[in-house]
Amino acid sequence: MQPRLKALMGAALALALAPGLAKAELVVEITRGAEAALPIAIADFGDDGEALPEDVATIIRDNLLRSGQFDPLPREEFIDNPTRSDDVRFENWRALGVDNLVVGETRRDGDDFRVRYELLDVFTGERMLGRSYSVSEPSLRALAHTISDNIYEELLGRPGAFNTMVAYVAIDESDGDREFQLIVADADGHDPQSILSSSEPLLSPAWSPDRERIAYVSFEERRSEIFVQNIRTGERDRIASFRGLNSAPAWSPDGNRLAVTLSRDGQTDIYSLDVETGETTRLTDHHAIDTEAAWGPDGDHLYFTSDRGGSPQIYRADADGGNVQRITYEGNYNASPDISPDGERLAMVHRGDNGFQIAVLDLGSERFRIMSEGPHDESPSFAPNGAMVVYATRQNGTGVLGTVSLFGEARNIMATEGRALREPAWSPN
Amino acid sequence: MARQQKPFSWILITALALALSACAVLEDEERVDDRDEMTEEERERAEEERRDTAVWAMGDRDALEGEELDMALDDPDSPISKRIVHFAFDSSEIHDEDMPILESHGEFLANHPAQRIVIEGHTDERGAREYNLALGERRAEAVKRILVLNGAGEDQLEVVSYGEESPVASGSNEEAYAQNRRAELLYRR
Repeated sequence: MQPRLKALMGAALALALAPGLAKAELVVEITRGAEAALPIAIADFGDDGEALPEDVATIIRDNLLRSGQFDPLPREEFIDNPTRSDDVRFENWRALGVDNLVVGETRRDGDDFRVRYELLDVFTGERMLGRSYSVSEPSLRALAHTISDNIYEELLGRPGAFNTMVAYVAIDESDGDREFQLIVADADGHDPQSILSSSEPLLSPAWSPDRERIAYVSFEERRSEIFVQNIRTGERDRIASFRGLNSAPAWSPDGNRLAVTLSRDGQTDIYSLDVETGETTRLTDHHAIDTEAAWGPDGDHLYFTSDRGGSPQIYRADADGGNVQRITYEGNYNASPDISPDGERLAMVHRGDNGFQIAVLDLGSERFRIMSEGPHDESPSFAPNGAMVVYATRQNGTGVLGTVSLFGEARNIMATEGRALREPAWSPN
Repeated sequence: MARQQKPFSWILITALALALSACAVLEDEERVDDRDEMTEEERERAEEERRDTAVWAMGDRDALEGEELDMALDDPDSPISKRIVHFAFDSSEIHDEDMPILESHGEFLANHPAQRIVIEGHTDERGAREYNLALGERRAEAVKRILVLNGAGEDQLEVVSYGEESPVASGSNEEAYAQNRRAELLYRR
């Protein structure tokens, strides 16, 4: 391991995001560097000397660092800064201990921007990727995420998830009044937008597979009800307001149905709710609590929390609610399941040695791993590439969002000054 | 006269059933007996006293409102003065010591069939939010069952769960957790 990586581990590195977001700004902090991360260098992108709206190289560097699977060389250690492969002196980069190098440039082209980059193998001198793009100013950040995705996939053989979003609930508390906001932000915390504000609790945001709508639970009528809201237009429908609980919405992979928890028939069970017609079909039938449904990626299975065995544990059922099988046996409290997009791993809240922690169960090998420190961790949600989990945790007594990478266990914290954050949900790709 | 006395004797029975102090009952009885001899002023005062001491015992089919309800809720001797019961972690079992509280409410509601209440279920902040929402509901339902067993009508009772969303005590310690794991019986003032 490189010395600079050791220095990073345990240290706190604050990555300030774009200015101008004032109060709503999300700040990302790396709390634990990754082990066995790939050493890479992203050289500063060349430009025409004029100020650019986004620093593409920095966005890529930060993305790769946060993923926990890369160990980007800090700029201060660069010996030179080539912007095209022809100018690269590979021996310099080999000496710095990096395996790969990214060079590129961003140039203004009328109202648009031309961005070019190359991914290089430092040992062979080979060009692994080389692309150029022309984009408008608002798309510049998204392009930087796309380039990050390309690099990630080329080097790791698995798609990246940088061009994604996170939904969460932010709480402002002042003079005993609480204001709840449903926020959607880029996965790197950039550009947080409030799509709903309420004086009563909001919880359980869930992205539709097409990323256009969010289902959530609102207490605005002093009881739990489920709404579906179009993110772009703000239009929303009250989709479940039955007697008793209306909670824990989870979209089916085809986007046509929501699995929801209702208690209208006298016991807390999971139902399928047709998003178009509002028709409900009961899926589970047990006097114990059945809730927190998550669909398997193929839509053939449901994972859910039930305390039918005496304590909350995670169970799996067929899509029609039949053939219920217990999945978790570790400890006396496992809840809030989220299934990885490949269907191979289950993230959950686990009551462990240090309170409530995020755990991940590998369904094939049955390996059970504690992924977070606790003691107040909850609401795990997989990134769409399955390589990271975002969850709610605490820092100095305030709610913040944490991410942990499944490979290398690098951890980041996303926080907003003066507000408590909770209930994160990572968007689909 | 005899007709007028009827509701009063019914009050007495209710009061007895509600286990009020024998003393208070006797006072009421005396007052009833003395009624003919009372001046208008005395009667008014007696009436006021009666309301002060045992207004919640009124066998009125109507729900209590305004001052009467305030009195029944705030007087520490009232059977409905205690309106919170607590629970152990991840449990919806009613503690033995809380049973008399719920029995009193059940009987009170049986005596005031037009009275409606909301039973709120709450949990502490630990664990999964959605599971806690269901757990809060189960706590409120457990309370509802005891009330119904003691004479309350299903239509008088509305159950709402807030899960961990509405704590009464802040802080992340066992003391706060214990206060927050609760069911509240809400009479609308």
